Amino acid sequence: MDSSAPRLGNAILTPPEPIILQQRPVKIQSRDVTVHYGAKQAIHDLDIDIPDRAVSAFIGPSGCGKSTFLRCINRMNDTIPIARVGGKIEIEGQDIYDKNLDVVQLRARVGMVFQKPNPFPKSIFENVAYGPRIHGLASSKNDLDEIVVTSLKRAGLFEEVKDRLAAPGTGLSGGQQQRLCIARAISVNPEIILMDEPCSALDPIATARIEELIDDLRQNFCIVIVTHSMQQAARVSQLTAFFHLGNLVEVGDTDAIFTNPQEKRTQDYITGRFG
Amino acid sequence: MSDHTVKAYDDELGRLKTMLAQMGGLAEEQLARAIDALTRRDTQLADLIIADDAKIDALELAIEERSVTTIAKRQPMASDLREVMSAIRISSDLERIGDLAKNLAKRTHAMSDSLPRQIITGLKRMSTLAQEQLQDVLDAYTRKDAARALEVWRSDEEIDALYNSVFRELLTYMMEDPRTIGLCAHLLFAAKNLERIGDHTTNIAENVYYLVHGKLIGEERPKKDLTSITAIDPP
Repeated sequence: MDSSAPRLGNAILTPPEPIILQQRPVKIQSRDVTVHYGAKQAIHDLDIDIPDRAVSAFIGPSGCGKSTFLRCINRMNDTIPIARVGGKIEIEGQDIYDKNLDVVQLRARVGMVFQKPNPFPKSIFENVAYGPRIHGLASSKNDLDEIVVTSLKRAGLFEEVKDRLAAPGTGLSGGQQQRLCIARAISVNPEIILMDEPCSALDPIATARIEELIDDLRQNFCIVIVTHSMQQAARVSQLTAFFHLGNLVEVGDTDAIFTNPQEKRTQDYITGRFG
Repeated sequence: MSDHTVKAYDDELGRLKTMLAQMGGLAEEQLARAIDALTRRDTQLADLIIADDAKIDALELAIEERSVTTIAKRQPMASDLREVMSAIRISSDLERIGDLAKNLAKRTHAMSDSLPRQIITGLKRMSTLAQEQLQDVLDAYTRKDAARALEVWRSDEEIDALYNSVFRELLTYMMEDPRTIGLCAHLLFAAKNLERIGDHTTNIAENVYYLVHGKLIGEERPKKDLTSITAIDPP
């Protein structure tokens, strides 16, 4: 064969370019992070770079430390008296465990959505308006109205609740409540949204809507999600990190992790061979 | 690899493998019998082969159905996903090999005259090589032996080279004696079928490599089939 001829075969054999996460700016950087609950070590020397404007998923069996690490990112572990966090976590180069850092401000930058929807026992409007009000983000009533409407729209809930903004948030369905909590989280203009199993209490349709929403939100936020559903991690995330027994076993491009993981433990876990 | 927490999942994947092994065995047998029927001009055997192709087709269908069911029920990941995907792909290559063997058998009916000895030798050598390659690649699949698959993949050029020489020989016969053109044209197709079987075998080799390593073979396959660019000059 003429070696200068165009080689169609090569084009077929070259794998498609993976989404190169390294090219995205790092939003959260963790180095040698350890967490102890009393004498028990829950996280061992964890190093990870979490990219901005992407969804990163933490997976692993119960008790592997994924939620514990998630809660380090907005210092939720501060509320647990016996928890001790060591090492360094930086958000855009800023050490979030710095003594001079205002934790309330940090939690405005790093929003959180929990497993069980937990709206305040207030109206739908007040649920969303609460954060911007206490953080002084709205200069007038009109301003506040706009923030509430925009947040509800971004959370994909506005159309369903626009006629009953004064109704209690707790009267919504589970999926709507969860979207209300997401609206509440984004109303204070965070940079990062942490989600701790946000769909585990929802039915498949509500789950699909939240996943759709997560996909929209990643254009503007750094999203970190902890999930027990591997299919969900595969569907919504670009980066996947597998935790086991407090160690980060493997982290990489989601496509690669679910088709060709490098570590045997990852392979065993995602194929359902664990333990 | 250790077992799945859900035993039925292991059984399903095991069944897929068994069916694929059965299908591979059948394809090998069909190929061996087809070349035998052709060179001996045994039309009775040829008819048997033609009828037996339905077994391979049925297996392909069954493998496809089971794979789809497994995907729907288990959402296989990583090596399991590759297992299911390669079962679908390999079965489709085996089905094509079965078809090509059937086509070889069909041509037996068109062999009115005895075949030139040299051509028989050439075709038989091609067929032996193709059978060996197929056997090797099926073995590599069962043992998940990527190195062996890679060997098969690389050695397809031997079949290509043989095809090349058979092709040239047949051309010579046809030019020397136009009365042989009918026979030789059939033999050309027969040789082409064997060459295509070699190609499907390399596809299977690629899938075995992917199954084991999770990536494609990252080099270009050596090829020695030059017949598509061979000029035919009048004597």
